[in-house]
Amino acid sequence: MVEMKRRGFFGAVAAGASALALGACKGPSETTWWPKVLASAEGLTRRAERLVAGSWALAPEFSKADIAPEFRANGTLNPNTPDYNAMVANGFRDWRLEVGGLVEHPLKISLSELRAMPSRTQITRHDCVEGWSCIGEWTGTPLRIVLAEANPLPAARYVMFYCDDPMGSGDLSGAVPYYYESLDLIEAFHPQTLLAYRLNGQDLPVAHGAPVRVRAERQLGYKQAKYVRRIALVENFEHINGGKGGYWEDLGYAWWGGI
Amino acid sequence: MTEWQTRGNHAAAYAARFWSRARESTDRYVLKRRGSGKMRQFFYRHTLPVRAMHWINAILLTIMLMSGLQIFNAHPALYWGRTSDFDHPILALTATQDDQGNLKGITQIGDWQFNTTGVFGVSDVDGQPAARGFPDWVTLPGPQWLAMGRLWHLFFAWLLVANGVAFAIYAFAGGHFRRDLLPTANDLGHLPQEIADHARLRFPKGEAAKHYNALQKLAYFTVIFILGPLVVLTGLTMSPTIDSAVPQLLWLFGGRQSARTIHFICAFSFLAFFIIHIVMVVLSGTWNNIRSMVTGRYAIEPAEARHG
Repeated sequence: MVEMKRRGFFGAVAAGASALALGACKGPSETTWWPKVLASAEGLTRRAERLVAGSWALAPEFSKADIAPEFRANGTLNPNTPDYNAMVANGFRDWRLEVGGLVEHPLKISLSELRAMPSRTQITRHDCVEGWSCIGEWTGTPLRIVLAEANPLPAARYVMFYCDDPMGSGDLSGAVPYYYESLDLIEAFHPQTLLAYRLNGQDLPVAHGAPVRVRAERQLGYKQAKYVRRIALVENFEHINGGKGGYWEDLGYAWWGGI
Repeated sequence: MTEWQTRGNHAAAYAARFWSRARESTDRYVLKRRGSGKMRQFFYRHTLPVRAMHWINAILLTIMLMSGLQIFNAHPALYWGRTSDFDHPILALTATQDDQGNLKGITQIGDWQFNTTGVFGVSDVDGQPAARGFPDWVTLPGPQWLAMGRLWHLFFAWLLVANGVAFAIYAFAGGHFRRDLLPTANDLGHLPQEIADHARLRFPKGEAAKHYNALQKLAYFTVIFILGPLVVLTGLTMSPTIDSAVPQLLWLFGGRQSARTIHFICAFSFLAFFIIHIVMVVLSGTWNNIRSMVTGRYAIEPAEARHG
């Protein structure tokens, strides 16, 4: 009896070890509980990084000589919807950025109005979650200036960005299949967080999110929504789309895009 | 007594029985060897914390390497400097098609190209050739799944750091570092002789086997106190948030893409260490070494038994 038990125990250990050795760990990855255990480290990572970086540490900025000859575009390269194509055709004259949700003064801002606001130009490094980096020069309106004008209500904690690019793939049952993202107010009010309308001195190309994309320079690329159309301040995003605060987040990526 | 207390007592009794049997069997072994006239002594080589942290580290490094390769597969190319010069990677695992339309895996190192179909660049996924950097039997999880690879990597990274910090505190405070790991001038003086001995597969016996030799000290010192911190720091340098707080890291490693490349080199240095480590374990007495890392007890062959 003891021998049997022992064989059972060693058998289980050996099976576990060989499963690990064979890389057959798609087992635990495909359960519902194990990814949750793994994701529990995200809060620790976010707090640790915030502790080190604080609210105001600036992302490194580079010189003109460092700008990549061709800035790689990723994700949606052209929303190509009738509405979007019509806006491209008339130079985004009818485009309006809506700022709403938990704000005192909801706004509707045209592209020329946005460009007339105080601007910031920064040469920064874009880090894709896939691993590559590109350096480019971005010009845009600091998001905090737009937010200050809208004046968030005390309950507001996150800034949602709703975009014009439809996402064909991905299982977003019951959700609006457009790209969306979110930042907390610390990142949203960071001086380098822009609503960018220019890349390397040119109007933002369609492939890079024309007319306006987010730059959040201390975060990975997927946090920097392109084709931004509507901004909403919210208390939480539990009931928005998949409930994880962003298109890729709903598909299993971390909401904290700082690493 | 609750059900859990009962179970706990059963488990404790089981563990106690297991350890006493392990002790008895080693003691019997000693007596047998003594009886046969070959004096073979056991001595307590590895303390319990060292043994525990060793095996925890072995599991964590395996997970980190395999989930790291999963992340690498999302963009299987390495660059030097601040950014990615896509036309000039220093290493790339890519897929092309030959004239018949078959997928061909290419490993590119600088200007050199190798056909590595089946392993790097192109390997079988569910029996069909597919474009993949590293094959699915070395990645965690197996299928292409960046989000899941990052979940594994960034969870177990914390445990790896915790285990490493615990070991460093133990080693420095307990004297293990100074006594056993730090190479002395005397050690370094013996280095040429030791390299020659190792090349002839002659390993220390008798009194000399009770201490790490200079090669062991250098290897363990380098892996634990140089490679370990380096892999963590280059990993952190890839974080844009950390770069905002500690831009000196970018200066230190020559940019984010260089840091990523060094991170990759560190990972494969760990793998190289692991392979040499296993070869040495086997050559110098598999069971004696494994026993000493499980129970702590290491058998010393009498020095006069050395023949050569």
